[in-house]
Amino acid sequence: MNREYEAAGESAAAVELEPCLEVRNLSLHYARTRQALNKIRLTIPRQRVTALIGPSGCGKTSLLRCFNRLNDLVDDCVVTGRIRLEGKNIYSSKIDVTELRRRVGMVFQKPNPFPKSIYENVAFGLRIRGINSRRRLDEIVQESLEAAALWDEVKDRLHGSALELSGGQQQRLVIARTLAVEPEVLLLDESASALDPISTLKIEELITGLKKNYTIVIVTHNLQQAARVSDYTAFMYMGNLVEFDTTARIFTNPVKRQTEDYITGRYG
Amino acid sequence: MNGGVSGWYRSGTPWIWLNAGAVAACLAMVFGLLLLLGARGLGHFWPKPVLQANYLAVDPPVTVIGEIADSETVDSGQLQFSAAGAPLSGERIERQLLKLGNRDVTGNDFAWILPSLLDEVEYPERLVTLERREWGNFYGFPSGILQNGEPVAAPSAQGEEADALWSELQRRLNRARQLREEIERIERSIIADINFGMERLRLRERRLQLAGGDSGEELRDIGRQRQTLDAQYAEIRLRLLELNRQIQRDSAIFRVAGGAEVELPVADIVRAYRPNAMNRFEAMGTYLARLFEFLTDDPRESNIEGGLLPAIYGTAMMVLLMSVLVTPLGVVAAVYLSEYAPKGWLTRFIRISVNNLAGVPSIVYGMFGLGFFIYLAGGEIDNLFYSESLPAPTFGTPGLLWASLTLALLTLPVVIVATEEGLANIPASLREGSLALGATKFETLWRVVLPLARPSMLTGLILAVARAAGEVAPLMLVGVVKLAPALPLDTEFPYLHLEQQFMHLGYYVYDLAMQSPNVEAAMPQAFAAAFLLVAVVTALNLSAVVMRGRLRERYKALETGSWS
Repeated sequence: MNREYEAAGESAAAVELEPCLEVRNLSLHYARTRQALNKIRLTIPRQRVTALIGPSGCGKTSLLRCFNRLNDLVDDCVVTGRIRLEGKNIYSSKIDVTELRRRVGMVFQKPNPFPKSIYENVAFGLRIRGINSRRRLDEIVQESLEAAALWDEVKDRLHGSALELSGGQQQRLVIARTLAVEPEVLLLDESASALDPISTLKIEELITGLKKNYTIVIVTHNLQQAARVSDYTAFMYMGNLVEFDTTARIFTNPVKRQTEDYITGRYG
Repeated sequence: MNGGVSGWYRSGTPWIWLNAGAVAACLAMVFGLLLLLGARGLGHFWPKPVLQANYLAVDPPVTVIGEIADSETVDSGQLQFSAAGAPLSGERIERQLLKLGNRDVTGNDFAWILPSLLDEVEYPERLVTLERREWGNFYGFPSGILQNGEPVAAPSAQGEEADALWSELQRRLNRARQLREEIERIERSIIADINFGMERLRLRERRLQLAGGDSGEELRDIGRQRQTLDAQYAEIRLRLLELNRQIQRDSAIFRVAGGAEVELPVADIVRAYRPNAMNRFEAMGTYLARLFEFLTDDPRESNIEGGLLPAIYGTAMMVLLMSVLVTPLGVVAAVYLSEYAPKGWLTRFIRISVNNLAGVPSIVYGMFGLGFFIYLAGGEIDNLFYSESLPAPTFGTPGLLWASLTLALLTLPVVIVATEEGLANIPASLREGSLALGATKFETLWRVVLPLARPSMLTGLILAVARAAGEVAPLMLVGVVKLAPALPLDTEFPYLHLEQQFMHLGYYVYDLAMQSPNVEAAMPQAFAAAFLLVAVVTALNLSAVVMRGRLRERYKALETGSWS
């Protein structure tokens, strides 16, 4: 069966675009017993939006958290296999994990701004990197907030608390905070699922705008959202990658029966 | 279906009543405590009317003068030995504690009397209450003033003349008070400076002797400086002698109960007033003056009278020093335990041990402080740095530093537990957010987690302060004394005297209530001190609560916000 799934990944990976993230033979276990990912093989193209879909517990968030090695924080989590970012294995011992996490930014399901001012939230990553010049910070904060389509709403209260923003604004603030450290890849983990429809729409527009400059991977439960914003879609089931192809083909003409069942709503 | 009782039970009404009842009982106890302490402690400073009466219990009847200090109802059977003439019917009757004062004249300060046996009770307007530096209160009628042993006012103390005598006495009291202030100023600043200089010279000489070698030039220098100080001292001593001669100039004659006349030096009188002639405002003035004295003066008469500034000061200094010691240590330990220590049985064991430390009886900490800090650490410090003053110990003796350290140890578990709890409550999403931006674990801790845990740290500190300020038992072993008029913080280098012994409110209360030679006189002062202790602890707590409130305000959205 594994052979079959790998073959499915391989066929979709034969895209004409340059690869950004290459996942090879990746398995993930929790506490050496429960397997969350099973020999995943997947190639994520540069400057495109790739959606990971699948029923709850299929491993899509686990896979996403492998891209910035956030799974390292879980004590009993064991990862085998390789992920190459621009050709370099991020699970190699020579990799600086903090630098990796700067290059691969992540936005979470619920907005998690720090209890600081809006300005300091965006400047957080910069200050950590030792950038303290007021002029430079001002510049980057403005650019990042503009890129996250939030500047016009907050430019008059940059030093007000970030916690006073609405949920949708907070989520865009978190995106701005992530963009400020100039990542190459953006991971969005169901980032619009806790928001109202209008805020969701804004985030989707934002994603579409950002793909010119960033490689974007989103995890979503919302199939319409995947269909609207992504260029490629991977369908996962029970820790396996079932099918990976352009979004158009996955949603109109899937090869696998399981994929078809899922997108037509027969389970999941 | 559901009968009355069962339905009532199921509705939870009895449970609500039980809860409300428990809360009411707690409130009643707290307010009862404060009311008792406040009434008995603060009432103590109000000038009470002084009665004069014939007491018929003895034959022939005697005249008594005094203020009623207490009253109680007892079985009359108990009274047959204490008061002759008491009815022996076995009924319950009231008796009163009369404060007679004049302890130097009559020998006893207090007496229980039966109010029914008082005859011709009156409150003479010209009766004067004196508060004295020694021997407690004095009640009597002024009948003359002596200057250098010669009478200056007519001894006939009736009508207009008595009022003239009273104002003359007050004028002379004021003069004595000013002289007293001048003497104290000289003793406190100039003489203390000279003594301090002498001691420094002595230690320098001793150090040279210990070091050996050729030090003739230095020794001569020390000799010269010592001569200068000696000359200064001789000059000051003359001035003090002169002032003391002046202050002893006046004395006053008083007629006491029974008609005898007593001569008292004016210099020994702290305050004089006519309690029966006072209106409400004058009484309030005296009340405030006595309260002010209580808060700002040194104790007199083995702590029974006067103020307790040194005790307030000592308590506050010790608590502050303890906070400075315990907070960083507790927070750092908690951060290690909750963030860095591997989650194994060893960490669990350490955490359980820390929790258990909070339950160790405080006297055990006192013994530890005495054995480890004072004898071992203090002894070593003396050997290394203060060898010139040995065999007199400097740090190898109970003192402020050791008391603060002992209490810091005692309160460490509280701070650790509270901080750990706070750290555990920081949402994981915030840590992940910071890590996902490329922050290291340390940066995440320092910039995101610790600032958020500050309210919890303050909670720990509040609990620690509340416990430390009220401790008495361990302090008796490691630095608190009955009387230490020197404050641990003053203008002499090095300003904060960590090695000095100090006074403490809790011990002051214990000492007054249990160890005082004159229990009746000491009790009101003990209540006032207890009230003050509660007030000091409350003030320390409130300041920390306000600080915590400010911090919480800043993170308010954290608790109610969208992602909590």
